[in-house]
Amino acid sequence: MSVQRSTVIFAWILLLPAVLYVAVIVAYPLVDTFILSFTDASLKKTTNWVGWINYEKIFNSTFAEVIIRTFVWTFFSVSIKMIIGVFGASMLNSAVPGRALFRVLTMPPWIVPMAIGIFMWGWMYNGQFGMISGLLQRFGFVDSPVAFLAQGSTAFWATIITDVWIGVPLVTLYMLAAMQSIPQDLYEAAWTDGAGRFYRFRRITLPLLIPSLITMSMLSLIATFNSFDIIWILTRGGPSGETTTMIIDTYHTAIGSKKYGEGAARAVLICIFLSIFCLAYFRVTSRLSSGENR
Amino acid sequence: MSTQPAMINRYRWYELIGIYAGILAFLTFILAPFVEGFLVSLKPLSQLFSSPYRFIPQNGSFEAYRTMWVSVPGFARYIFNSFFISTIVTTVVLILVVPAAYAFARFKFKGSGQLLGAFLAVNMFSGAVLLIPLFRLMRTFGVLNTYFAIIVPGVAFLIPSAIWLLRTYMMRIPRELDEAAFVDGASHFYTLRRVILPIAMPGITVVAITTFIGSYAQQFIYALTFNSKTEYAPLPVGLFAYFGRQEVIWNELMAASFVGIAPAMIVIFFLQRYLVSGLTAGAVKQ
Repeated sequence: MSVQRSTVIFAWILLLPAVLYVAVIVAYPLVDTFILSFTDASLKKTTNWVGWINYEKIFNSTFAEVIIRTFVWTFFSVSIKMIIGVFGASMLNSAVPGRALFRVLTMPPWIVPMAIGIFMWGWMYNGQFGMISGLLQRFGFVDSPVAFLAQGSTAFWATIITDVWIGVPLVTLYMLAAMQSIPQDLYEAAWTDGAGRFYRFRRITLPLLIPSLITMSMLSLIATFNSFDIIWILTRGGPSGETTTMIIDTYHTAIGSKKYGEGAARAVLICIFLSIFCLAYFRVTSRLSSGENR
Repeated sequence: MSTQPAMINRYRWYELIGIYAGILAFLTFILAPFVEGFLVSLKPLSQLFSSPYRFIPQNGSFEAYRTMWVSVPGFARYIFNSFFISTIVTTVVLILVVPAAYAFARFKFKGSGQLLGAFLAVNMFSGAVLLIPLFRLMRTFGVLNTYFAIIVPGVAFLIPSAIWLLRTYMMRIPRELDEAAFVDGASHFYTLRRVILPIAMPGITVVAITTFIGSYAQQFIYALTFNSKTEYAPLPVGLFAYFGRQEVIWNELMAASFVGIAPAMIVIFFLQRYLVSGLTAGAVKQ
């Protein structure tokens, strides 16, 4: 089919509203962040050009620590999400009675407003009266109450687990869909040849899942890197900054302290990291899709 | 599905036990906070703030489901706000996305691949990254502390996934349909409206549901930052009203949470078959 002029014009007419919307609400602010990062913008009336000072300030502060923490936090959260997600999907993929119900029961953490799930976890982490500490004491794992959100090391893992909990349903349902897209004949052929269930999983399911695994980990990586609500509601980045990720730090600087310029510089840094993930993602997916279709 | 040989899916008893144990462990992790949250909503405050910890409420009651309306009189308004905002967001997203997804699904022109990539890249920048300029933008438009301050950014960040999902769906509609309509002398616009839209309706419905859920679930950061008026606050921000000066009224907070999510859960319960089959269909047929 030859590409006619009218077709191209029609395509652009269809695209124009969405393009304009995103240009105003996302692209323009992106450029604005970049410009702001070189100014001392704040609540003051006047704004001055300050060059690289905001960036120098970042690297003279504890921000390097924040960057490393963000990566560690993201790494563990994404890995655990993928492991639990693939486990859940392979369980839900079995042809057992009740599986339709089990699939529905997987969805709530994803569907319910994030804040509500986070409140529930916040209460469960409560040291004196919360469920986790209470059960650990009951079964003798600890002697005294553990206030999970009051100590840096436990708060770090507590926020990860809550993030995993919110992210797992999507990973599970996505991996389940991917498993169901594997042609049934492959399993039947292997079964006819006498291959056991575990062998079929390892030799058919897992290899064919790899493209979906990569896609999902990349998407999950980006969402996790941007995760704000969970840490904000549970700890506000505390205690003494031990759950402060780049997003939380940026929020504190820009919205909390109203240092728009310095906040913008941090945001630009986040954008650079995200762009790197983004490029890696497109690289991988374009390679995968060219392998699939052509 | 039903035509496959039954033998391959027949489990031995120990396999069945293993699978059910796995499902039980998995669902315990998923559902434990909800069970605990529900039990908390049944406990009187005095019992919540007492040790040792008790899982099962003693003389539990639905009292908190009554008092929550008294403690926070504006609560009904928060639920309404959440529904209202999500409805508007979903409508606007569909208006923007349906034509765009069709264009991406059908027409290849110079730069179309890059443009699609640019749309997907929007997903990367959601969250706190754009808050400062967005705040200034909202102030310039004069929409700070209105519904628009929550709706406008909400729409932008739900567009990418909606375009992606719908484009995938529309790509599976046979091209021959468009071409047949075209040969019959139909215009592009007529083809889209009379041929594609009716066939794409299940896909559009799935996108509408996921967008609505997304909007309902994620109205936090913009509402927190761009709106300080309680009359426009959506549910996630409104729930902070149960955080008293001294302590959180946990039983009422949990009761309010369940009341707040009940309408959405009912909708999802009735649409879930549609939702799961729609999402899985997207992956099944390549």
